[in-house]
Amino acid sequence: MTNKFEMNDPVADLKLDRMKQGLVGSPMDRPDGKMKVSGQATYAHEWDVPGRVYGFLVRSRHPRARVTGINRDAVMQMPGILGVYDDKRLLRNPAQGMADEAPVQGTEEVFYLGQPIALVVAETFEQARHGAEALEVSYTTLDDGVFDPETANIADDDRGRKALDQGDIETAMAQAEFSLDETYRTPGHNSAAMEPHCSIAEWDGDQLTLRGSYQMLKFNRNELADSLGIDPANVRILSPYIGGGFGSKLGIAPEAVSAAIAAKDLGRPVCVTLARQQVFDMVMRRSETRQRVRLACDQSGKLTAIGHEALVSNLPGETFSEPVVQATHFLYGGATRRLGIDVARVNRMCAGSVRGPGEAVGMQALENAMDELAERAGIDPVEFRKRNIPEEHPEKGIPYSTRKLHEALDEGAKRFGWEKRSAEPAKVREGEWLIGTGMATAARVNMLQESQARVTLTAEGKAVVETDMTDIGTGTYAILTQISGDMLGLPPENVETRLGDTDFPPASGSGGSFGASSSGSAVFLACEDIRKQIAEKLQADEADLDLENGEVNAGDQTHKLSDLLNGKPMTGEGHVVPGKTGEAVSQGTYGAFFVEVAVNSTTGETRVRRMQGTFDAGRILNEKTATSQCYGGMVWGIGIALTEELMFDNRDGHIANRDLAEYHVPVNLDVPDIEVHLLKERDPWASPIQSKGIGELSICGAAAAITNAMYNATGIRFRDYPATLDKVISGMAD
Amino acid sequence: MRPFNYSRAETEKEAADAGSDGATFIAGGTNLLDLMKLEVMTPDALVDINPLDLKSISTTDDGGLRIGALVTNSDCAADQRVRHDYPVLSKAILAGASGQLRNKATTGGNLCQRTRCYYFYDTAMPCNKREPGSGCGAIGGVNRLHAILGASDACIATYPGDMAVALSALDASVEIRSANGNMRSVPVTDFHRLPGDTPEKDNVLETGDLITAVTLPPPPGGTHVYRKVRDRSSYAFALVSVAAVAKMENGKISGIRLAFGGIAHKPWHDPAVEDVLTGESPSEALFDKAGEILLKDAIGQGSNDFKIPLARRTLSAVLRQATASGASA
Ligand SMILES: Cc1cc2nc3c(=O)[nH]c(=O)nc-3n(C[C@H](O)[C@H](O)[C@H](O)COP(=O)(O)OP(=O)(O)OC[C@H]3O[C@@H](n4cnc5c(N)ncnc54)[C@H](O)[C@@H]3O)c2cc1C
Ligand code: SF4
Repeated sequence: MTNKFEMNDPVADLKLDRMKQGLVGSPMDRPDGKMKVSGQATYAHEWDVPGRVYGFLVRSRHPRARVTGINRDAVMQMPGILGVYDDKRLLRNPAQGMADEAPVQGTEEVFYLGQPIALVVAETFEQARHGAEALEVSYTTLDDGVFDPETANIADDDRGRKALDQGDIETAMAQAEFSLDETYRTPGHNSAAMEPHCSIAEWDGDQLTLRGSYQMLKFNRNELADSLGIDPANVRILSPYIGGGFGSKLGIAPEAVSAAIAAKDLGRPVCVTLARQQVFDMVMRRSETRQRVRLACDQSGKLTAIGHEALVSNLPGETFSEPVVQATHFLYGGATRRLGIDVARVNRMCAGSVRGPGEAVGMQALENAMDELAERAGIDPVEFRKRNIPEEHPEKGIPYSTRKLHEALDEGAKRFGWEKRSAEPAKVREGEWLIGTGMATAARVNMLQESQARVTLTAEGKAVVETDMTDIGTGTYAILTQISGDMLGLPPENVETRLGDTDFPPASGSGGSFGASSSGSAVFLACEDIRKQIAEKLQADEADLDLENGEVNAGDQTHKLSDLLNGKPMTGEGHVVPGKTGEAVSQGTYGAFFVEVAVNSTTGETRVRRMQGTFDAGRILNEKTATSQCYGGMVWGIGIALTEELMFDNRDGHIANRDLAEYHVPVNLDVPDIEVHLLKERDPWASPIQSKGIGELSICGAAAAITNAMYNATGIRFRDYPATLDKVISGMAD
Repeated sequence: MRPFNYSRAETEKEAADAGSDGATFIAGGTNLLDLMKLEVMTPDALVDINPLDLKSISTTDDGGLRIGALVTNSDCAADQRVRHDYPVLSKAILAGASGQLRNKATTGGNLCQRTRCYYFYDTAMPCNKREPGSGCGAIGGVNRLHAILGASDACIATYPGDMAVALSALDASVEIRSANGNMRSVPVTDFHRLPGDTPEKDNVLETGDLITAVTLPPPPGGTHVYRKVRDRSSYAFALVSVAAVAKMENGKISGIRLAFGGIAHKPWHDPAVEDVLTGESPSEALFDKAGEILLKDAIGQGSNDFKIPLARRTLSAVLRQATASGASA
């Protein structure tokens, strides 16, 4: 019987805190770590599939067109070429996260420059790539392309998504003691995962096995089956190791579907790997945003109104719109509120989730605005935020679950030495360098998703954990090992965690920061199921069991687990389902960033010198992997603040900087010592294991802390991201 | 990648003969292979010049240095003589690319590296340099990396390298073996070309020409500065770079060589800028005047407009540093 649990009530029983093995929370090394750094973990492209051939996607050279012909014959004459496919089932763009069905199919009509329009398959990767480059395609170009979101016409049903209009903001602004009305712009971003997207498709009769690089396998299986028009039961996806995803591998993508179509036709396994330029051309981008923020406060610095209205973009027909105002709904008080998102339909490649969708850029603008209003009101920015932490959700009137925002702000300020700062801008100089400090709040919604897992206690008393959950570099292998090790009283070497296979029970997948809590809860429940079976055997109460180092202790009896099993394995199944706690309380994760920067007064170059982040994300399952997630997020913050930008050519919507030489992610030298401090917390509303999401929180606001520090250094406000040196020097007097 | 023939040259003559027959030299391959994968460059044949005996740095009769064309960027930057006598060269090399790339990249290949113009790299875009007559995508497009000096209606690309900027400031020369075996020496400042209406030609090399070495005049002394301004701390091409070798006497600039990267189709060297500085006492006003002369014909293209003030600012800062430390040292 599956141990199914619906999260309808808070779970105040802190069971994991009573476990004797002591693994959960500890900074345990990732079991997959050594394999990864020694090249033994198999990434999608690396599977040794005998007889495999290679496919390369052909990109459209026009932004808006109809493909009228493909000169297949010429390419088929070239050495090694096996086939050219322009099947009607090819995908125009990847599926959005959790779509669970095929995205837009058919590539005859071109919607963006770089759109896949065919697949060329050959014996070698190089031959396929050459065939794809050489393929003659005829097009009828269409002249209705729209390339600039700011000048696009916006349809009525694309206006005011997730809108809220509470009170009259114009009046509130007019009556405010202090107010601010500013517009911020953030550019498009690419996930820039280290591993390019790849799928190897192999058929055995009607059975398709896809070795791919995907984050959410149960959805991906349905999306792939739907794209191909086959039964999902005939699809198996394997994705045990993933070289980073950041949202770019949430939904099934063109390379998987085209590989499957070609493999079926050729009767050979087909591997389709994207070149780095294609990762820019056809993988989801984070939408650029234009955000108008209005804030009003009274004499005491209490917010009376918040306006946050954004313009984002996507391809025609896509439902996703960057949820820019997600955290603005719940973070700060203020009775009058106007929030909403407009979507411009443009012929740029598909927009979708990129790490921290919504808050990564929304918190950036909000926290810049808060910094500015604090200054106008003459209140310290930390204090200003503390004064505006609402008692209850300012729109829904519901209480918050646990929320240590106050503590994070205070603790961060103390650790950083905030009281030593000069509040007046442009006052600290070291040679050519202007020094400044800044801060911002971190906030991100928290979610729980349905997830299942199976845990088997083998006759030898070792545990095998199975779930189709993925580890995208986040530490899933570690935390699931820790949870089951604690629950079953086993050292980590006696727990084997198996992930990334749709033959295993379906998990939440990795996305939206919910993976660890959701899949961790399922494993927890599966182990609880086993504990109940053990308790039954011993005629004891499950709660009275102590399991440690392979031994069970119940009252005055002690047994070795292996003796107790007596040659028979024991299986437990866990199934967590989100429930009423998702609506009864407002669940979020919180934190604070403190940053010191140096801005060069001659060249405008900015160097982040110090970065401190304090976070509250419920129970921390593994201090090391959680801290690493925070490091990573803060590095993203540096990129978003200073260097990263998809440069679109507004004449045709194509991306000019389509490689990692010109799309500038931060390099080691851009990243200073980062201090991460995790607050101790248990959130009974969030999940049965009291943990919350942490993978994205540390981006959400980080960039604002940097530009707030740049303001303190230079006296220049940056509202147009990234804050590259040209924008710095244009704000400086000579 | 297009299929190609591959051969190895054991002698300079073999290399030159293959080159005359249309083969392209491959040294470190760090630029060429990337461009071949994208089919921006599509040679039918490659001749590998790595077996050639061009890997050493030797002292010349006049007390200068001769750096073989196959000396890697890492080895050149680490060489004691280079570090001691020509620090601007060492600094410039170390400001470029990454450690891994510099281990592979060679002196000859570095000089010949091609532009980083986004449109040059994308075969779906028009580009006169890649495909003469197709137009220039960068004009009116995204041109953050592009030229503010010496550009033409056909091409506004920049030469992206760092090493050659320092070599220009050092008055170095490129030693070239022609296909017929004749040797000639071309000043680095004349090696790269302006685009004019033949942007497909980056430099003065003719078919079959093999770079055999770079020669440096005797150590110039003075203060050496290389300042590279870019979009992140490392692993990015110069938006603007300035190489300076300055000598001070009695509080006055007695001699100065300056070269600029990231602003033109070649390392930019303007004797008028040096002339206005020579014999003068350093001052902010003087530096401004030098900047004015340097940039009097500068034209922005939109996204690179900022390079004009940036070049002026960087020049002033470099002059401040070069003349101040020169005075005290
Ligand atoms: C991501 C990235 C970042 C980089 N950043 C920088 C940077 O910041 N600054 C910088 O200066 N450089 C940078 N580089 C460029 C790097 O310095 C060059 O790729 C390298 O110097 C080229 O040398 P190579 O020996 O590999 O040349 P190859 O790739 O082998 O050849 C380049 C060209 O030179 C020709 N050639 C080579 N040797 C000779 C010869 N002896 N005679 C005649 N022709 C010859 C070849 O035919 C070819 O056309 C970067 C490169 C990359 C990939
Ligand atoms: S600037 Fe030169 S290299 Fe760039 S697109 Fe124009 S012609 Fe080509």
